[in-house]
Amino acid sequence: MANSSTLKTTETADHELVAASASGEVASFEAEKLSLVEKGHRFFHANPTAAPAIVLLLAVIVFSLIIGDRFLTPFNMSLILQQVTIIGILGIAQTLIILTAGIDLSVGAIMVLTSVVMGKMAIDIGLPPEISLLIGIATGALAGYINGLLVTLFRLPPFIVTLGTWNIFFALNLWYSKSETIRSQAIEQTAPLLHWTGRTIELFGAKLTYGSLLMLALFALIWYALNWTAWGKHVYATGDDPGAASLAGIRTNRILMSVYIVAGAICAIAAWALIGRIGSVSPQAGMTANLDSITAVVIGGCSLFGGRGSIFGTLIGALVVGVFRNGLALAGVDVLWQEFTVGLLIIVAVGMDQWIRRV
Amino acid sequence: MNIEKATVLQARGLVKRYGHVTALDGADFDLYPGEILAVIGDNGAGKSSLIKALSGALVPDRGTVKLDNETVNFKSPMDARNAGIETVYQNLAVAPSLDIADNLYLGREQLRPGILGTVFRMLDKKAMHDNARQKLSELGLLTIQNINQAVETLSGGQRQGVAVARSAAFAKHVVIMDEPTAALGVKESRRVLNLIKDVRDRGLSVVLISHNMPHVFEVADRIHIHRLGKRHAVIRPDTHTMSEAVAIMTGALDPHEHAAGAFAA
Repeated sequence: MANSSTLKTTETADHELVAASASGEVASFEAEKLSLVEKGHRFFHANPTAAPAIVLLLAVIVFSLIIGDRFLTPFNMSLILQQVTIIGILGIAQTLIILTAGIDLSVGAIMVLTSVVMGKMAIDIGLPPEISLLIGIATGALAGYINGLLVTLFRLPPFIVTLGTWNIFFALNLWYSKSETIRSQAIEQTAPLLHWTGRTIELFGAKLTYGSLLMLALFALIWYALNWTAWGKHVYATGDDPGAASLAGIRTNRILMSVYIVAGAICAIAAWALIGRIGSVSPQAGMTANLDSITAVVIGGCSLFGGRGSIFGTLIGALVVGVFRNGLALAGVDVLWQEFTVGLLIIVAVGMDQWIRRV
Repeated sequence: MNIEKATVLQARGLVKRYGHVTALDGADFDLYPGEILAVIGDNGAGKSSLIKALSGALVPDRGTVKLDNETVNFKSPMDARNAGIETVYQNLAVAPSLDIADNLYLGREQLRPGILGTVFRMLDKKAMHDNARQKLSELGLLTIQNINQAVETLSGGQRQGVAVARSAAFAKHVVIMDEPTAALGVKESRRVLNLIKDVRDRGLSVVLISHNMPHVFEVADRIHIHRLGKRHAVIRPDTHTMSEAVAIMTGALDPHEHAAGAFAA
């Protein structure tokens, strides 16, 4: 190598020689002066849950000032938590799917279908409630498996797949239930376990349901899985750039499959919370749940382009929606303005995401 | 050069056809311990098929690949990786939203010892971060201060640094780099070229695929010229000039008519 230098110099372009004498550092981090906007951008980029958390905090403060004592009470806060429980649980499933750059329009339909399965198994067939619950969860996982199979094996876009299965699962639900509601008394008599999620415990004047606690436990569990296991890292990497992830040795189809199955099972847990909340099993319940779950995820700062977002953002997103609805209702504002506000929040949240994602 | 010397990675008679298109037409390949072997060739000469066959991304129709004189049959990039061959892809294969340490360990995460790892599958973040920091400082990449920084906040050269560090950190035998300087500026290219030499000086063999002749002639110990799906010649930077290399690559010059000859044809 040493005696080759004469040949090389003649061939090496001048710019290379200049570069060789230049500093070897590529791009050390200059302590450049940042404007307030740039600082804010970096902060939100590094902390994706910060923006929805600030919105939640401001909303609570503003509503407390407007409405006064009736809003900021332990009872009202626990009421909001009860009101967001079902959307919160579905939001966990939705977050997992959206992190992989997908979207799941069928979460609501899976929830209703599995609630019917649980009710039928326990009441009509007379299986023990524990078994009925497990069969319901297995049905949810199977529904997720079908979604996952269509997304991975047949390479169909998740939006189209779940638009189709939304209709299919809903039709199956109407067929299986014969559009009949299973009455609350029947469930209370034969399968009280299905009502467990609706029972409350009192804590400093707050009425917490076991369903809400179950939701919080699920958030914690999925947070752990996403942040402290290799599976979680692979979910993020797959959503971020599937090509790069598979070159890095991640079997992206297996990750997608696992995400859809887990999401389906979580929808079934939402079905349990649904039965606890409304008491009966109704094939018509939860019609808007799929879109509400997407709303919670988007307001929670998850990027629809995948790979970005945190699971607790979704909890905050669901709470933001809950606080706005509750606060506006207590302030005596017409329901239509609740919808209007939620719409505004979605657009602002997506706008924020577009801005934050820029590096 | 002694052809009898033991090779790290060797291929004989690789054939790969896609319908009527022949990408590899009985290609040979030899890589020796501790050398930087550049692979050059015109577009369509089949060099990327050759590299894919060596890194497990492609299964050849015929031919053998030997690693340390043992025949290997790679079915996937993971097989090659497990055998100690790491590849730095042109698109880097990093997850932009994950941090540097996560990316270094992507696909081979370390778990906590004991029940936390076996039952709860808990990642050993501290060990991975400490190791990542050490690997980066060994490679002189510690200008990257914060190992928890998302890769998307890094410059092109730094991302390349992360990708090279990942392969150098885990490779036991061979690092294959596909156009590592193609997307980089002059200064950043310089940094990466030094990094490539560092990797070689650590005792690994490097396969460098590049179109950039000055870069090839600067760092390569030998140059494998691929033409029409096979190894056309192997030359050395001190016996041939860049224009001769280009002439051999394009078929304008018969390597055997050159005074220094060629090592294989």
